[in-house]
Amino acid sequence: MINYDDILNIEPFSLDKEKKEQLLTDRLKQLTIMHYQKSIEYKRILDAIDFNPDGIKSYYDIPFLPVSLYKELDLISIDKSEIFKVMTSSGTTGQAVSKIYLDKVTASNQQKTLVKIVSSFTGAARLPMLIIDSPSVIKDRNMFSARGAGILGFSIFGSDKIYALNDNMEIDLKAIETFLEKHQGKKILLFGFTFMIWQHFYKELLKLKHRIDLSNGILIHGGGWKKLINEAVSPDEFKNRLTDICGLHRIHDYYGMVEQTGCIYMECEYGHLHASIFSDVITRRHMDFSICSFGEPGIIQVVSMLPESYPGHSLLTEDEGVILGEDDCLCGRKGKYFKINGRLKNAEIRGCSDTYAVKF
Amino acid sequence: MQKSGGAVILMQLNFDNYTDLEFIVGSNNIINDTLTVAPMCSFSEEVVQFLNDLSKKIMVKGKDFSDVVSFGFWCRQSAIYKEKSKYDDLSNRIGRGIAFHIAPSNVPVNFAFSFAAGLLAGNANIIRIPSKDYTQVNIICEAVNELLKGEHKNLQPYVCMVKYPSGSKLTEIFSSLCDSRIIWGGDATIAEIRKSPLKPRANEITFADRHSIAVINADAYISSGNKDKIAVDFYNDTYFSDQNACTSPRVIIWLGENKADAKKEFWQRLHNLVMEKYQLAPVQAVSKLHSLYKIASHRDVKLIKGEDQLITRIKVNQLDQELMAFKGNSGFFIEYDANDLSEILPLCDERCQTLTYFGLNKEEINTFFFEYRPRGIDRIVPIGQSMDFSLVWDGYDLIRSLSRKISFL
Repeated sequence: MINYDDILNIEPFSLDKEKKEQLLTDRLKQLTIMHYQKSIEYKRILDAIDFNPDGIKSYYDIPFLPVSLYKELDLISIDKSEIFKVMTSSGTTGQAVSKIYLDKVTASNQQKTLVKIVSSFTGAARLPMLIIDSPSVIKDRNMFSARGAGILGFSIFGSDKIYALNDNMEIDLKAIETFLEKHQGKKILLFGFTFMIWQHFYKELLKLKHRIDLSNGILIHGGGWKKLINEAVSPDEFKNRLTDICGLHRIHDYYGMVEQTGCIYMECEYGHLHASIFSDVITRRHMDFSICSFGEPGIIQVVSMLPESYPGHSLLTEDEGVILGEDDCLCGRKGKYFKINGRLKNAEIRGCSDTYAVKF
Repeated sequence: MQKSGGAVILMQLNFDNYTDLEFIVGSNNIINDTLTVAPMCSFSEEVVQFLNDLSKKIMVKGKDFSDVVSFGFWCRQSAIYKEKSKYDDLSNRIGRGIAFHIAPSNVPVNFAFSFAAGLLAGNANIIRIPSKDYTQVNIICEAVNELLKGEHKNLQPYVCMVKYPSGSKLTEIFSSLCDSRIIWGGDATIAEIRKSPLKPRANEITFADRHSIAVINADAYISSGNKDKIAVDFYNDTYFSDQNACTSPRVIIWLGENKADAKKEFWQRLHNLVMEKYQLAPVQAVSKLHSLYKIASHRDVKLIKGEDQLITRIKVNQLDQELMAFKGNSGFFIEYDANDLSEILPLCDERCQTLTYFGLNKEEINTFFFEYRPRGIDRIVPIGQSMDFSLVWDGYDLIRSLSRKISFL
């Protein structure tokens, strides 16, 4: 198999379409063959649809597993003794959570990949870091929640780290001000989840009489817009309001999921999400899962070169998105760029019982 | 008769206190009459006439809704008389008293069948109707209101249709007052409602989570001159309810010699119809892919590839009790080639409700049932009729279950 460390040496947004497709096809074909050999469930799935991994001509051919499958099946391509950690999605109480099994290699590759992608936006040096969340999120380290994993993952970009919120999710203004004083004039990294930033940071800052100055800051946030759409806050408004309240103007949303941790899609200066060379997005038509044209909304499929410990290198998400273009974003980054339209609408399925039971 | 329920008569409940209670039919005053009124004889002429008048009204107002029309058709006088003629002991059968119905939220017209059965059996009815706003429900309730305020004023105490939020104390109150409780809506709902105790003599009818299967004889299909109708019938059994009703077949069993040709033609015709009539939402397509991979990861199955995602067919080479754990909906069919009808036996456990058939003779089916006497399958119906309501449903005779028979020596 192509050594992932060699891939890591390539600049994340440097390959054009042809080169990237070759690299992805080579590596993803090898991963498909490997998972076919090592995961009995994955083999059965491919056999059921008469798919022969040896026949892969392009990574577009590789079957995609719906992310919901990880909530019901233990999909794993390593021996149980090699499990290094189990990542879980942040499901609300009572809901099934995804379980993603990692060995040391995949976990380490996730971290390294994240560093490569993010530092191409923030610079190689570690920065003073303000985490806009509560320290309690990462206290239970046995079961990694998506939020906790995100914070831990991004923590490596911080030299001096503090949390902006206390255990009760209240803003800790004193700590923030001391921190800002200490690092006056320096570039500062801020990280958090979109809704938490809005709810527990922005709204609290609004109430204050005096302003804090974060004009040296660079904010990276993710986790989705579902809750903010409910509050009718658009991405543009989110940015503008933060700029107004604390001078933050370098703000990058990112798209990613626990099933493919590490391969995140960062938003560029032009508001586009970018696929790095480590992964790709494909949009598909629901009627026959054929590939959408650029500009045509479809179900987002994500492929990633990382997953070795579980067959998660090609997944069908529950999100709808649009590929906007490839290799020609004004920001200069190569690869596809796209936007997310939101979760697929939950159809009201008819029938006698199921939905009633859920709603009762 | 009125004095028989003395304890109830003394109780005047003030439902004004329950701000979450909304009357669609009835009122705070009427519901107190509901709690005390004498039951009626089963199939009373007054009720038959009321249902017939209701039928006339809704067949006009609801003509655009096939489910309203089928309810209207079902409760015509002639249809009800036909049902009535099946009972030979009506001279000493009267309603149990108060029937409390909990209707499902996602089958709009179901409440109407439940209420009509309760009324025909002779009861005063309290029906919790879907909280969601359905035009079909509004049409029926409006018609009921017009009749109860006009020529059928006498029946006013016998009908209260209410809405209230889940988790309300009202479930507890109605449960403690009723003589029969009818729960539609599956295992989780039943478990939730059963936390509210009934009176010692009250009985309960529960419609639990069930699933259904279809058996088709390939040779009979091929020689059939009406394949378009068969496609429509099968569509109505499945896609019409997103293949998610308890009556919708999830497993299709093929009998006969020429299965390959029959299947090809059957699914092609169905595909044409589905293409024309069915809206498959993106989440449904993803969910079918999930169901496919889930069953594939556990069992030896093959996807039978189609041109798109509208029909998902999975071929299995074994029927066993675990198979139904992998059922899907929105056009997700598990197919099996059988040599003999008896091969369906492992599927016929207590959770199996309806056997839909085409091209089988009654004798064949009868022989199977009486030879093996499976724990499940309460309904055996020709293709296209799986959703047709009947007073015997899910193995319950609703009239007999909701009435009592007086022995008079």
